[in-house]
Amino acid sequence: MATSRRLWIHGGRVLDPSTGRDEIADLLLEDGRIAAVEPSLRVEDATGLDASGCWVAPGLVDLHTHLREPGAEYKEDIASGGRAAAAGGFSAVVCMANTDPVNDDPSVTDYILDRARQESPVRVHPIAAATQGLAGKVMSEMAGLVEAGAVAFSDDGKTIMDSRVMRRVLEYSRLVSRPIVTHAEDRTLVGDGVVNEGPASTRLGLPANPAAAETIQVSRDLVLAELAGAHLHVAHVSSAGAVEAIRRARERGVHVTAEVTPHHLTLTDAATLGYDTNTKMAPPLRSEADVRACREALADGTLDAIATDHAPHAVHEKDVEFTAAPPGVIGLETAVGVTLDLVRAGDLAPLEWVRRLSTNPARILALPGGTLAQGGPADVVVIDPERRWRYDPAKGWSKSRNSPWAGQELTGCVVATVVGGRLVYQVDRGVLLP
Amino acid sequence: MIGRDLLAMEDLERSDIERILETATHMQEVGRRDVKKVPTLRGRTLVNLFFEPSTRTRTSFEIAGKRLSADVVNFSVSGSSLKKAETIVDTAKTLDAMDPDAVVVRHAVAGVPKRLADALEAPVINAGDGAHEHPTQALLDLFTVWEEKGRLDGLTVTIVGDIVHSRVARSNLYGFTKMGAEVRLAAPPTMLPACVEVLGVKAFSSLREALDGADVVMVLRIQQERLQGAFFPSIREYAATFGVDREKLRYAKDDVIVMHPGPVNRGVELAHDLADERPSVILDQVRNGVAVRMAVLYLFAGRRPPHREG
Repeated sequence: MATSRRLWIHGGRVLDPSTGRDEIADLLLEDGRIAAVEPSLRVEDATGLDASGCWVAPGLVDLHTHLREPGAEYKEDIASGGRAAAAGGFSAVVCMANTDPVNDDPSVTDYILDRARQESPVRVHPIAAATQGLAGKVMSEMAGLVEAGAVAFSDDGKTIMDSRVMRRVLEYSRLVSRPIVTHAEDRTLVGDGVVNEGPASTRLGLPANPAAAETIQVSRDLVLAELAGAHLHVAHVSSAGAVEAIRRARERGVHVTAEVTPHHLTLTDAATLGYDTNTKMAPPLRSEADVRACREALADGTLDAIATDHAPHAVHEKDVEFTAAPPGVIGLETAVGVTLDLVRAGDLAPLEWVRRLSTNPARILALPGGTLAQGGPADVVVIDPERRWRYDPAKGWSKSRNSPWAGQELTGCVVATVVGGRLVYQVDRGVLLP
Repeated sequence: MIGRDLLAMEDLERSDIERILETATHMQEVGRRDVKKVPTLRGRTLVNLFFEPSTRTRTSFEIAGKRLSADVVNFSVSGSSLKKAETIVDTAKTLDAMDPDAVVVRHAVAGVPKRLADALEAPVINAGDGAHEHPTQALLDLFTVWEEKGRLDGLTVTIVGDIVHSRVARSNLYGFTKMGAEVRLAAPPTMLPACVEVLGVKAFSSLREALDGADVVMVLRIQQERLQGAFFPSIREYAATFGVDREKLRYAKDDVIVMHPGPVNRGVELAHDLADERPSVILDQVRNGVAVRMAVLYLFAGRRPPHREG
């Protein structure tokens, strides 16, 4: 990704949580690295990018993306998902293992990384399956997978229900010093539930999924992580109960990190009342109180990161009975516009918002990026926090359209995304590379 | 004013319900004639689109349509769209291309009539969707009680049984509360939906308390397969605790009536003798079902509504 071209991003409000910098400054990118960050840099012989009125931050890092390649390229592939990421301000995405074939073998990891090098404008870091075939029984070859480039392990989409297997997976992960990412829902309690249990499920007459199913499983996984002395990362936290369990575990020294999605931060189960299958997620949209708890936990640091859980599904798969529709929504292109609501609502200062979308996700998985410090990788996003735009998934970069924000006006827009010093996206020109 | 589709009692205003019940009284008169047919919907086509087998409701709609001189077509589809690899919208558009004047939909999954209504030009009438709603059942129940009691306002209606899985309970609790009645639910705690009080009803785990002073007792069908989901321990225990019989009815008002949407599990949710005679009004419900559905078809299929917007 390195380039010898120099890029000068000037006049913007530089927000770098890794150094605490929050001031109007210029940025010089050279040879794929941050060459300088200073107020009023004097630069000659460089491509200029005027960032006046905008925020300049380290490129966003998404801890939770489904790129669907290999196996479900009709929903998304590494090229289209990478473009959607670039358009959403992400310079790196972490892709989940529930592909077909499952990413439980170094050859699949190799394939994903090879395709990403050829096709993706952004960095792609694969998460490998924690157990072979995501079957929750035999653990995958973690050492070989890490050697191939896997950055963490997860059976995301499924929960490892067997506590003994989960314990061993956590213990073994210490060998490779990589976290286990848990999709924590007690499947026996979820049963056939498809919407959060509460007034909405009662009015809809759809099978209910109680928040307790998440609280139980997060609590179990925290106890097992403590027993195993391992790093547990909790994916897409959605409930007040899970937040409280994570808070208590961290207080007693358990190595836990956690993420929350834009939809669980901004939508409640009331959004499901029209039976729109683009409001069907796993875990489901929860109550007002749960949303409030997640927002507070994100602000106080109990939840470390915002991750999209970008989950593309084709129109024909979603346009079925609510119970039959696959769960999940796309989110890469809307994450900035949707979650800037937390800044406007006073939940997060701009610097803290950047920390949860860039610096913390990079730190959790020890990925390059998340910083604008001199010498760091030249991954940068330029955001106009006031610019309004209307989101039309049919005109988006993802192959899929399953978004709960379709047709809505969002405030806050990605102006440019830079990866390794190369401009990969500009709002008025589209995705530029590769 | 009455909308384009009849999807849910939750959507109706009190005045809409009154208009449907008033219309049903005229339709009831048609059913008492020697020749039970009027030309009201001549030249109109009604499609009964049933994704779930239901002889009773489908027959009731069919007779209602025929008494109004409509051409009634039964379209039965088995299995989910997942198995057929056809989306609900595909099915809807196929039907729409045949220009029906109304589509009556029954489906095992909540929300399907709403999805069809969003996609179809023709008005959609919900004939039962999952555990969501069954509005024409509630309307015929309201009509039956109105006929019996001469009023709905101020009555106490107790619904007994598997509330969480019941579309009949949901539609009736909306219908009766909108008409000014007090609705009580009686069920084992496993069969009450979460936060049901937000719907403006009272929930009881004691049948005796729920029946105290009731004007109407509505008994729901209990399904054996709920044993598998650990909702109740046995038919025997259910019958003993929530089965309605003459002994338990003594807590209700002297002139209480007993209703059931059918088919009855005799000796389980309802005592054998109560299924056949007063105070039960089960066959009146069935009879009124035709008149109420005639009213619904007349009001929803008897006009050519403008094309849908957006």
